[in-house]
Amino acid sequence: MNTFIKSVKEENQIIIIETNGYLNNEGGEAISAICYEKIKVGHHKFLINMAGTKVVNSIGVSILIEIIEKLQEVDGRIGYYNLAPIVVKTFNIMGLTKYSTVFTTEEEAVGTL
Amino acid sequence: MKKPTVELKLPILPNMELIATQTAEVIARHMNLTEEQSGEISMALIEACINAFEHSKTDANVFIHFLIEEDSLVMKVIDQGVGFDKTKVEIPKIENKIGKDERKRGWGLQLIQELMDSVEFESNSGGTTVTMKKNIKQ
Repeated sequence: MNTFIKSVKEENQIIIIETNGYLNNEGGEAISAICYEKIKVGHHKFLINMAGTKVVNSIGVSILIEIIEKLQEVDGRIGYYNLAPIVVKTFNIMGLTKYSTVFTTEEEAVGTL
Repeated sequence: MKKPTVELKLPILPNMELIATQTAEVIARHMNLTEEQSGEISMALIEACINAFEHSKTDANVFIHFLIEEDSLVMKVIDQGVGFDKTKVEIPKIENKIGKDERKRGWGLQLIQELMDSVEFESNSGGTTVTMKKNIKQ
């Protein structure tokens, strides 16, 4: 497993991916590989726990836009929690928060998505 | 008195932008900037460096200058590439990217402009200098 992906688990039919480190193109592709693999077997809900990701770049975040697009095709959803303030700001500027949700805690995310 | 300046020379190699952000964090602490300001500076630097690495179309090093001023931090990202015409860069909108064939990337300049207090671009066939300023909130 890519070192950027710390863990993958399932809870309430939601796939929860915990990341660790810089969300760049490689990090984004590591997330998308898991999402696309899980979509193929019928999963439609995804959460990204970004507690270990304090730094992102727009290329990595653009890959999340590709995942959102893919999920629209299957009526799926994606959300994020434990985001650093600058990551929330970046998601807002790029418009991700119009098509996906930022949660504060895992409990809120799992209960709401 | 001469203003304190920190200068970096970065080769175009994967993730070299993180050297710039680590330096920026040290400078931000020295200047007592807020966590929010420090994060914004780092993010803008990452995007400016990536633009320089990806679009300069040269192997020449990228230079970063941090100018520590009394009421602001000025950062210059200087490449020696082919230059670009900012008027031809479209403002990205996610609505135009989702569900369409348009590439999902192309957010760098928008992020830099949103995160910094002022941004200037000087570009010609000999290279591009992006000058970004963050004012210090008193």
